[in-house]
Formats: sequence, C-alpha cells, structure tokens
Amino acid sequence: MIDAYIYDTVRTPRGKGRKDGALHEVTSVRLSALVLNALKDRNGLEGHAVEDVIWGNVTQVKEQGGCLARTAVLASDLDEAIPGLAINRFCASGMEAVNLAANQVRGGAGEAYIAGGVEMMGRVAMGSDGAAIAVDPSVAMDSYFVPQGISADIIATEYGFTRDQADALAVESQNRAAAAWADGRFARSILEVKDQNGLTILDRDEYMRPGTDMQALGALKPSFKEMGEGMPGFDAVAKLKYPHLERIEHIHHAGNSSGIVDGAAGVLVGSKAFGEKWGLKPRARIRQTTKIGTDPTIMLTGPVPATEKALRDSGMTIGDIDLFEVNEAFASVVLRFMQAFDVDPDVVNVNGGSIAMGHPLGATGAIIIGTLLDELERSDREVGLATLCIASGMGAATIIERV
Amino acid sequence: MTDFTMEKGADGVAVITWDVPGKSMNVMSMEAWPLLEQLIDDALADEAVKGIVLTSGKEGSFAGGMDLNVIAKMKDMAGDDPAKGLFEGLMGMHAILRKIERAGMDERNKGGKPIAAALPGTALGIGLEIPLACHRIFAADNPKAKIGLPEIMVGIFPGAGGTTRLVRKMGAMAAAPLLLEGKLNEPKKAKSAGVIDEVVPAEELLERAKAWVLEATDKDIVKPWDEKGYKMPGGEPYHPAGFMTFVGASAMVNGKTQGAFPAAKALLSAVYEGALVPFDTALKIEARWFTHVLMDPSSGAMIRSLFINKEALEKGANRPDVADQKVTKLGVMGAGMMGAGIALVSAQAGIEVVLIDQEQAAADRGKAYAADYMDMGIKRGKATEDKKTALLERITATTDYSALKGCDLVIEAVFEDPGIKAEVTRKVLEVVGDDCIFATNTSTLPISELARASDRPEQFIGIHFFSPVEKMYLVEIIKGAKTGERAVAKALDYVRQIRKTPIVVNDARFFYANRCIIPYINEGIRMVAEGVAPALIDNAARQLGFPVGPLQLVDETSIDLGAKIARATKAAMGDAYPDAAVDEVIFWMESEGRLGRKANAGFFDYDDKGKRQGYWPGLAAQYPLAEEQPDLTTVQHRLMFAQVLEAVRALEDGVLEDIREGDVGAILGWGFAPWSGGPFSWLDIIGTPYAAERCDALEAAHGPRFACPALLREMADKNQSFYKRFDSGAKAA
Repeated sequence: MIDAYIYDTVRTPRGKGRKDGALHEVTSVRLSALVLNALKDRNGLEGHAVEDVIWGNVTQVKEQGGCLARTAVLASDLDEAIPGLAINRFCASGMEAVNLAANQVRGGAGEAYIAGGVEMMGRVAMGSDGAAIAVDPSVAMDSYFVPQGISADIIATEYGFTRDQADALAVESQNRAAAAWADGRFARSILEVKDQNGLTILDRDEYMRPGTDMQALGALKPSFKEMGEGMPGFDAVAKLKYPHLERIEHIHHAGNSSGIVDGAAGVLVGSKAFGEKWGLKPRARIRQTTKIGTDPTIMLTGPVPATEKALRDSGMTIGDIDLFEVNEAFASVVLRFMQAFDVDPDVVNVNGGSIAMGHPLGATGAIIIGTLLDELERSDREVGLATLCIASGMGAATIIERV
Repeated sequence: MTDFTMEKGADGVAVITWDVPGKSMNVMSMEAWPLLEQLIDDALADEAVKGIVLTSGKEGSFAGGMDLNVIAKMKDMAGDDPAKGLFEGLMGMHAILRKIERAGMDERNKGGKPIAAALPGTALGIGLEIPLACHRIFAADNPKAKIGLPEIMVGIFPGAGGTTRLVRKMGAMAAAPLLLEGKLNEPKKAKSAGVIDEVVPAEELLERAKAWVLEATDKDIVKPWDEKGYKMPGGEPYHPAGFMTFVGASAMVNGKTQGAFPAAKALLSAVYEGALVPFDTALKIEARWFTHVLMDPSSGAMIRSLFINKEALEKGANRPDVADQKVTKLGVMGAGMMGAGIALVSAQAGIEVVLIDQEQAAADRGKAYAADYMDMGIKRGKATEDKKTALLERITATTDYSALKGCDLVIEAVFEDPGIKAEVTRKVLEVVGDDCIFATNTSTLPISELARASDRPEQFIGIHFFSPVEKMYLVEIIKGAKTGERAVAKALDYVRQIRKTPIVVNDARFFYANRCIIPYINEGIRMVAEGVAPALIDNAARQLGFPVGPLQLVDETSIDLGAKIARATKAAMGDAYPDAAVDEVIFWMESEGRLGRKANAGFFDYDDKGKRQGYWPGLAAQYPLAEEQPDLTTVQHRLMFAQVLEAVRALEDGVLEDIREGDVGAILGWGFAPWSGGPFSWLDIIGTPYAAERCDALEAAHGPRFACPALLREMADKNQSFYKRFDSGAKAA
C-alpha cells in the first residue's frame, strides 16, 4: 500500500470568538484562503498540484455554508482545477479531513491533498445550523440528548473527577501554552493573519489567560448546573441513561472548558512520489486513522475507544506512543483519557490545549496534528497520537510517526 | 341519530345544537361524525344561510369529550389492518373539521361562511377540538366550567387537530401545559391563555355568537395558519427562540415522565414535526402519531384501568344486590392520623361524624386536623369560611361512646393491637343499634380474627384506607370469613359517598395492596444488601413510572413499621419465612436509629427542615457497592415481578376476585406503573409466555420467590391474556 505523509502544517493564531475578537473582521473564506495560500507558497505548489481540498467546518450556514471548501479554493491562489469538499464531523472535522486525505492517498486516489478546516465561531454562532438530535423528540428523547457541558459533567461524576482536578488541569494548560509561546514552539506552523494590504491583524493566540491560578478559577460558577438541576432539567435526562448516579456533579465552567475562538488550519498530505515530484521532504507518516461511535449521552468519552481501536488496528500498545494531543474540549475529557490509559500527564498536551488557546471547532483536529508533529520534532521523539471527543457520541484519532 | 340538530333562523344563522339523548353531558361517538358533516354541508350549500353557530343543548356544558369506551375499542374496531383503519378514520375526522375551518372559502380565502362555537360551559377533549376548528369561540361566563384538553391523563393526546391547532394558535411554549399536563381552565382563564376568544354572560351566549357570525368579514374567518407568511408564535423549532423551547421540551418531558409514557413523546413529535410543514400536512402527521399511540397497548390499558374500570368499580360493579346503604351517621374510633383523615373526608361528603378517642384532647386534635385542612383550602381559594364552619359542625369530637347512638357505620382506627381493637369493638356494639355495620381500618390484622370480638360477624368488615386519607383515592374493602352482603354494600356505598375508588378483596395476610407493596420494598432492600447502587434501585423504579422508588418509599412509611411487620410475619410463618436477607438490613437500620423521614434519618439523609438530601453514606459503608452492577432491565424486572407475581398469587388464592380491581387498586393504591394499566395489564402487554420465561430466569438467578405461579404458567402455555381469559372483569373463579 502507498503510505501517506505529512509535508507541512499551518495554522492561524486563534482569535477570541467575539465581536471584539481580533479575527472578527475576517471572513471564513478569507481566513481559509490564507491557509491554502500559505501551504501553496511554502511548498512551491503550482497548478493542479493536489487532488482536492478537504475542509472541515461544523456550522455550515451563512458564509460557512454552500460548500465553503470550494469557495475557499476559488478565493485562494490555488488552481480552479482543484475542487473542494466541505465535511462535518463536529469537533473532529479538521482531523477527519486529514484522515480522509491520508486514506485517499493510501488508496491511490490522488497523490496529494490539502486538508484542514476553519471555524469563525464569533461570526457564525455554534448551533445556528440547527440539529435534529437536540430538538426532534423522536431522536432527542430516545437518545437521551443533553448538551455537551452536561455530558462533560456526567464524565466527571461517573469517573470521579473533582472540580479541583479539573481546575488544576486548566491551570496547567494555561501555563504550558504560555511557556510554549515564550519558547517559540509554535513558530513553524503559525501563520500570521494579514489583511489585503499586508498589515498584520493577529500574530498570536488571543484567548490565553497566562497566570490563571486555582483561586481565579475557584471563583467561577459552574456553567451547566442551572440547566441541569433547574430548567429544563437535563440532569434528569442524564440519570435516565445513567440510573446508578444519584446526582450529576457540575464541575465545569468557562475556565476549565475550551474557549470559543476563530481560527483555521491546514495540512499538506501526500505520497512519497508527490514529495519527490515537488522536491519536498516528508515530515511524518500517517500511521493510523480511526473514528468510532459511542454513547451519545455521555457523548465525550470517544477518545478512549478511538485510541483503543487505533492501537489495536495498528498493532501497537499505549506504551508505543511518545506524545499525546487530547483535545481539551472539557477538562474531564482529558482526565478520563489519562485515567483510562494511565498515561503520564507530562506527555499529554505538552504545549497546552483548547482550554488555554481555544477550540475553533472545524479547525482544531488539524491544529493538534500540527502541534503534535512540531513537538515530536522539537523534543526528538518518534510516535504521537492525536484524538478528539465529538458531539453526538463519537471519537476520532490519528497516529503519526516521524520519518 | 339526533346527536346534532340544525335550525335555520330567519336572520340567516343556522344553529347546530349538540344534544346527545339520555346523557347529562355530550360525548362524541363514531356515528355522530357523519351527521355533523351532513349538517355542515347543508348549511354551507344553503344560500339563505349566512353563518353557523355550533352550540350545545346541555345546561352548563358543551361536551365532555370523545367517548373513552369508543377510544379504548377503536383499535379492535379498525379492521384487519388496524393501523390503516385508524389512520384513515382520523383523516376522515380531520377532513370534517377542516371543512368547518375552511367553511367554503376559496384559495384566496374569500367567500366562506363564518362559524362560531358557543359553549354554555365545560368543553373537554373533542369538545374543545371541534370549537378550535371554528372561527371564533364564545363561552358563557360560568366559573364552574372547565375548558381544556385532558387526553394526556389517560395515555393519549388530542388527536382531532387539537394538538396542531392549539400549538399554531398559541405557540409551543404556551400550549405545553395545556397539552402535556392536560391543564384545564375556567372560561376567563381560558380566554386570557388564548384558548378561547370571548367570555359572555350566559344568557347572551347565543345572541352574541349569532351577532358575530352576521358581522364577520372574510378576513375575520381566516385562520392565521391559512394566511401567507404565517409564523408560529414563539418560533418554529429552527427559529432561534423556538430552538430553545423545543430542546427544553424534549428534556423536560423525558425527565418528568421518566420516559415511561409513550403518549407524551408521541405528542411532542407531532408538535415538532407538524411545526415544520404546512397545516394540512401537520394534521396528517398528527394522525400518524395518534394512530401510533392507539396502536400502543399502553393507551388502551390506561383508558381501561384509569377510566372505564375505575368508574365501573366506583359505580358498584361488584356490589351485592341489596338495598341502598348510604351512611348517614358515622362513628370513627381513634382520632390519630387515620381516624382524623377518615373523619375529614366523611364530613366533606356531608356525613355526620362522631370522632372518639380516649382523651378529649386527642379527639380535639383529630378534629383540628379537619380545621387545618380547611384553612389551607381557604388560603388557596378552594374553600370558604362558611364551608369550614359547616364541615366542623358535622364532626363531634368526644370521649363519650354514647354519642355513637344512631350511627349506621362505625370505623375503628385504633392502635394495631388485637386486644385493644376487641375491647373497642365490644364497647361500640353495646351502644349502637343492631343493624350498625362495624368496620376496622387495620392494615395488618386478619379481619376474620378481629370479627370474633363481635357477636354479629356478618356485620363486621375491613375498610382499609391509605395514608394520607384525604389524598389517596383507593379504599380496600376486606371481607372476613363471615362478612355478609349488606356489610359489603354498606362499605361500597360509603366509599362512593366519599368519592373514592373501592376494591373488594378477601381476607388474607396483608390483603391485596400491602401484599404486593411489601415484596416490592423488600426486593429493593434485598438489592441494597447485594451491593446494588441505591440510586439504581430507586431510579429503575421511577423509570417504570412509579412515583417513588422502594427505598424512598420505605423512608416515607418508616423503617420501624417495616421491622414490626417483618417480626410479626416471621412469628406467623416460622421456618417458611423467606425474607431474612431483607430483615438483616431493616433490623440494622432500626438499630442505627435510621427510622426514615420521621426521624430525619433513613436510607436518605435529611436536612433540619426534613428535606431529603442524598443517600446516607453509612449505607455504602455497611453494604459496599458491588464491583459489577446489574443492568437496568434486570433491576426493573426484579422490582416489577416481585409485585406482579404477588398480584397473580392473590388472584390464584381468591383474595382478589376481579382482575379489574387488581389493576385499578395497584395504580391508585401504590402508584403502580400507570402507563401499564396495572399488574395484570402489564403481564398482558409483555405477554404471558415471556412473563413465564422471565420468572424462570429470575427464579434461577434470585430464588424461589420468582417461581412462576401455576395460573401464569398455564396461561403462558396457552398464550392467554388475563383480560381475554377473565373477560374484562368476570370473576376469577
């Protein structure tokens, strides 16, 4: 079988996903095109150089609707012969784009792809595309739908994580992200966002709150307690699915959950022949890709079975993995991952994660693959695994190894 | 068929009057639909008719709804392909109502004839759904009238367009309490809620409706949903505001019903799916979901038990054929909580009550209970000072037995001690007349034994109330070995007077209700001893539709009562006593002072105000959680079969003579999964062969208490159902 390699990774800094966020003035199309152009220019690609652009994006309405992937290609300097495929696997969309690209290459359907994604959460509000699973009683009631925050709190309750543990993880995320920026560890992938005149709009992750401590987090109110215990009472729904739980412990809040941000990222994936043709050196081989479905109510435990499956399918064990990126959607997701595999926190999200820097839904999967590869190279380690929990009860994982 | 008649006035208004012969309130029948349609057709075609008023010939009411007897049988009457038959029948009904609503309008909403509904009073179910299809609803200013759609209470939902029309008229959020809780309003409130349009003085009702019909313009008679650009109030499901409403609705209904009531879910689906399409398509969707509910055995079982059979029992289905035994003067012995409650409900029913206790202060406290109850009613606007005074005048609180003279029924509710009860019985019989019926409210002592204290055992009977008396609807009447027919009739007539629901059973340990409740509680406690998570035990019961789980229930009824019953049962049964595993927990709890809510400490912790907190951590220390927890279904089957098999044994033993009483009694007595229609209905729903199979599996895993009773085994072998075999109420024997 043909192997699929990562040749390059690019990401924008993440802007606050609000009206006063630095990237709020930038359209989804323009931010996507900036990433596409960067990959084209950095690698000297010309003409019909890649088979397709696979672009992850969750809220596919308004400017993010209408097959954003194709629109972005047309807005970029890429050749119009390159089509564009918009995909949505919620929070793993960016990863799924990379995985799909890798598997296309492995299957011989084209030599190279640009894969990644975008989410301008401040411009196109999360959830504004509707979702039958939340409102259609036939599905919502039978699948015991609860919002993600409640799910994260179910994980904490079911697996025994305390507010302090969650807050400590959040503090660590902030500290690590700050240290990583100070040390220039994101430099290889970071793409400054510039306007049409070359003026810088944003060159650094904007959402971070360096110096956050336990005390500051301790003052925050749980975000999902009211909707759980009061109206409309999602805890009662959670207990229908988890009847052995007496109550749901609400430990998550804005400080130990991922941030709402704007951002985009892309990965250049190709075969060995592609690299030879364009004179590019492969940085890592994509060894395994996985996706899996899990219980939709607890919803966010997917990284565990996804990782188990990825390891099983690739004939590896957890000990074979040197570094992990586990998307910090909520603190309990990462705590559960480390608990399940008994892995050392020192090799998980070593440069911080979505709690500190934010989680631009459609882009994050591609971002963390890039962050993982940069860190494998920096710390001279070989094998890394990136994984994300996914709405509606799914999980995805990618294993890469340096070449 | 003269359910509907029409009179065309010289003023051009055709008045259609609904007046079902021989009924005090109109109910809709299948046969009446074509007649209504025919009259509507006639009026719409008649050029002399300018408009129509639809009203009722009954004083104080428009209609009580669809005949539930008909709904219960609709599935059976719908032909070889019942789903098809039901769906087509419903679509036919929609077509008639839609014809009323469109009233001959063309596509541009021009040229229709105004149709008003004039409600003299109560309009329930289909009795509101028909008016909702009209162009304007007038109601007489009659504060006693109830207007609403209570279908959900019997396991169905408004299926004649009421769901679709109300949601489009008011919005999903505003319609929710009316549809999901079956909330009824008096006319003024119904108007302010937006259900009806005008409330007018009763004597002007018809004239006002006629006047409106004559004045109404094309614009006035077009429903908003038939106009271009209609937007649902509050937003459709994918409108930002509507989205939140609909997300919340599913969660709320799921949580409140614990997923155990299929009608609520179907209703919500009809609302959601209907909100996304044009009106006529929405009606089709409503019909599909309503068909689905009628096809679900739960709806038929609920209607059968909660309406048809409950009413039959209240009307004396099992009453011996003896003369009227209405109670005029009642003696209540013992003014404790039960005695005080019995005095209260009897006085409420207009019966003169003599409430006796050993000390005057105790008797006065018993009467004060009634005063406090009435005060609370006054505070809530449900009673008046006059009513309170009249009620208290009917209760004589005294220590003097001679006050019992003239009582035709005496109920004793004294301490559960055979000696004390015997003494009270003898003292009462010395005073009362020869034909007085004497009843005991015992919940644990055999009636035939207690009857020995009487020289007139044929006039001795058990009348077992549940606590709190004023809230619990069931009364269990127990026949001792020698109890005569007049005593049974007396008890039944009395229960009818106090507007409760009776079941009549024979005398055996714990009678019927407690006989089933105790194994339910015990199974829960047994699981605690096995290390099953207490929350799983209680939540499993709630998801079956029980109001409270077994552990919460035992906290309410108190641990020491449980321990006392266990000791007495053990003494009576000797070596055959099967519940040692339960007693271990109960006796230990008792020794720890964990006596239940009354001690602010039981299976749960309570705060200073008596509010229930979490499960007591000491429980997990004594009975650590098992590593492997059983799945939900296993826990539910254990809890369910523990009760249901006891009901079957009660039928086998002849304690229960009528499965209707077994089903109605279970739902009213201890909140047995109402969606199922009761223990026997539940067995019919799951099928006797499967039930027997489950018994075998449960017996193998958990012991002989789950052994399949011979009757159930025989029925399983023949694939029989209880309601077929016992022909809806025929005696088991």
